[in-house]
Amino acid sequence: MEQRLFEKFHEWYENRHEYAKGWKERTGGKALGYFCTYAPEEIIYAAGVLPVRILGSHEAQSFTEPHIFAMFCPLCRDCLAQGLQGRYDYLNGIMIAQCCLHMRQAFTSWQKHIPQEYSYYLYMPHGIQTPRAYPYLRGELEDFKKSLEEWTGREITNKDLDHAIEVYNENRRLMKQVYSFRREKTPRLTGLEAMEMVVSSQMVDKEEHNQALKKLLKELPNRKLNRSTGTRLMVLGSEDDDVEFLSMVESLDATFVIEDHCTGSRYFWNEVIPQEDRLAAIAARYIDRPACPSKDWPKRTRLPHILKLAKDYDVEGAILIQQKFCDPHELDIPAIRSHLETNGIPTYFLEFDVTVPVGQFKTRVEAFLETFQLPTDLF
Amino acid sequence: MAENKYETKPLDCWNEAKQLRKDYYENFARARKNGGIRWAGGAWSFSAVPAGLGDDVYSLTGEPYGATVAFNKEFAEECHEAAEAKGYARDLCAYMRNYWGSILLDKFAWGGEWPKPDFLWTTHICCSHAKWYQVASELEGNVPFFCVDVSVGPYNERSERKLNYMVSQMMDGIEWMEKVTGREYDDEKLIQAVYNECRATSLWAEICTLNKTIPTPLDEKTMYSLYVLGTLMKHRKECADFYEKLRDEVKDRVANKIAAVGNERFRVMTDTQPPWAFLELWRYLQKYGVVSIGSLYTFGLIGIFEVKEDGTWGPRTTPQEQGIEIETREEALKTLAEWTLSRPEWQHFYSPELKSEMMKRIVKEWQVDGVMLHYNRGCEGLTIGIAENKLALKEAGIPVMHFEGNMGDEREFDLERTKAEVDAFLEILGAR
Repeated sequence: MEQRLFEKFHEWYENRHEYAKGWKERTGGKALGYFCTYAPEEIIYAAGVLPVRILGSHEAQSFTEPHIFAMFCPLCRDCLAQGLQGRYDYLNGIMIAQCCLHMRQAFTSWQKHIPQEYSYYLYMPHGIQTPRAYPYLRGELEDFKKSLEEWTGREITNKDLDHAIEVYNENRRLMKQVYSFRREKTPRLTGLEAMEMVVSSQMVDKEEHNQALKKLLKELPNRKLNRSTGTRLMVLGSEDDDVEFLSMVESLDATFVIEDHCTGSRYFWNEVIPQEDRLAAIAARYIDRPACPSKDWPKRTRLPHILKLAKDYDVEGAILIQQKFCDPHELDIPAIRSHLETNGIPTYFLEFDVTVPVGQFKTRVEAFLETFQLPTDLF
Repeated sequence: MAENKYETKPLDCWNEAKQLRKDYYENFARARKNGGIRWAGGAWSFSAVPAGLGDDVYSLTGEPYGATVAFNKEFAEECHEAAEAKGYARDLCAYMRNYWGSILLDKFAWGGEWPKPDFLWTTHICCSHAKWYQVASELEGNVPFFCVDVSVGPYNERSERKLNYMVSQMMDGIEWMEKVTGREYDDEKLIQAVYNECRATSLWAEICTLNKTIPTPLDEKTMYSLYVLGTLMKHRKECADFYEKLRDEVKDRVANKIAAVGNERFRVMTDTQPPWAFLELWRYLQKYGVVSIGSLYTFGLIGIFEVKEDGTWGPRTTPQEQGIEIETREEALKTLAEWTLSRPEWQHFYSPELKSEMMKRIVKEWQVDGVMLHYNRGCEGLTIGIAENKLALKEAGIPVMHFEGNMGDEREFDLERTKAEVDAFLEILGAR
């Protein structure tokens, strides 16, 4: 029973390409790949297009060597490698909502070397703490909407936008409800299951995802996991959908009860607050969402947000992971560690590459987890 | 060693450039004693804006400071170790780590204690820019910090909306500066600073354009000591005046065929910041009659260009040359925003192809024989897309090599290995 509940999300996560191909066949619609979760998916969805997040496959590769200098993060290279290997050949187009320099390279190299009928660079502001960003992004979204209309040959009406906003907001609400079961003393889902649920939502039709979530929520209150919760951990840092790592840690008498990742809570934490001007409402949602470090300045809004998550989910310790060379996270990690530790939450830092040295990480995480055990009488 | 073919001599205004640079750092260090204001921020900050606070306002721009530290290997290492001990990764921007290290060590590269600024004022186009000063503010005890987001896309996609986004942030910034300094803002000083900046950055472009001549009147190693003034104080009258004097001297060198390198036989261009502690590599090239005429970096980091009627690159016509009179704060800021968006080194943040096109233009117009790309581990901002630039240059049939290093962290540069790579490239060019 335990496995069945999340099986659908796992299946979508594992078979993302087959899903998208099937969706296209079923609906006759187009699929648009996006590179960062600042992509305003509501507008894409309102155009009748399936937004598909482009992610890596965690395999060593050399396809990207001629295209991206190796000092840029493994994720951007892994993403581009998927395109160069033709794994996303069903996409009709790609778009990026301006994010870090790393991911932008995956986008621009993809644009150049992988033929697409459509590509779009949305100049998502970095200065999300200035009130000037709201009207600016609203205008940029209007341009994006027009561009999508020209591409698809159909007008995106207010009704379409309202429907998309509702579907997306419902998805966010439902996932938050699922997350509430992670706050319990004995969480009813693992961190790995949560990750697969969230990441699959970035790849499948949200209406379908909502149906699966509703079904899950009916059964979840009765679920009992046949495992010890162990140490309640938080994981935060660069993009992380590494199944091997998450399952390894959760095999060590520990459970990830919350995270601050764009493959987790950061993706869906806030809703679009409806207003008459739909694009202004969508712009506000993306500006006000929990920030990516590349946009978190001049104030550090991430610190209180992360600490609140840690407290709400009764976190005992935090693992900070970072993709090698991921400058935005490298710039935040010292401040986050210090903030969490000052507030009584021990932290442990790990640096990832495209693949994970599981054996070494296991030893290190075990050592970290040992620090949570009650001291024994040595003498 | 290739034989000399051309007359060569040092620049007459060389010492003046050195003095301007020395005065810049000393004025900053002394500013507070004299009742003045000091601010710090990136070399791409809208430095004309704080000029409206008075004539006794001095700046410290982070990148040239980081390069100054890099030139001193021992101090740079101390800085890097201090930043690393604080938890900052060693693959972060090397200039930034030199700067933070100086704060942590409380040591100024030009002597004495770290001169804490009154406020921080910068722009954000690279992922590290705003974060650099966010951390600096924290390390310095919460120095007030304001950053203008300029990541609105390349110049060929500019629009009123994008300009208004930048201008409105700068308007807010001026109100903020008045609050943090307690000073009243003078729009007339802002307007003059904008004129100065347009003049200085157009003049630098004109100076670079003079290098199209054979023999080149300036070599890149010399240019490093000259373009730096634009990274320190592009908005100041003395910078524009100096570039005017330099332009006249370089014109004179062109007219009299005075070469930067007497044995010039081959012309190369580089890319991104050099490994500052190893500029001897540029002298090494000259042994074989190879001169670097510059790069998109030395030209376009500060220089503002435009396409002239004959289709070639030349200095951008300034507002004052067009007879435009700036009368209000808003007009001044809009002029500054529009002018700055055309900066060549801002274009590649959105597309490597824009940069590749500019590089191919330089190869053609500056009569370049080969390109040496510095895959610079110390700067993700200027290295973004560099592998695609290499592919594009190769596709265009241009001889190209790359060498790996770091502009500010000598631990990541291997001089002997690089020389061996350069040797192979020079053989391909026929220079060896």
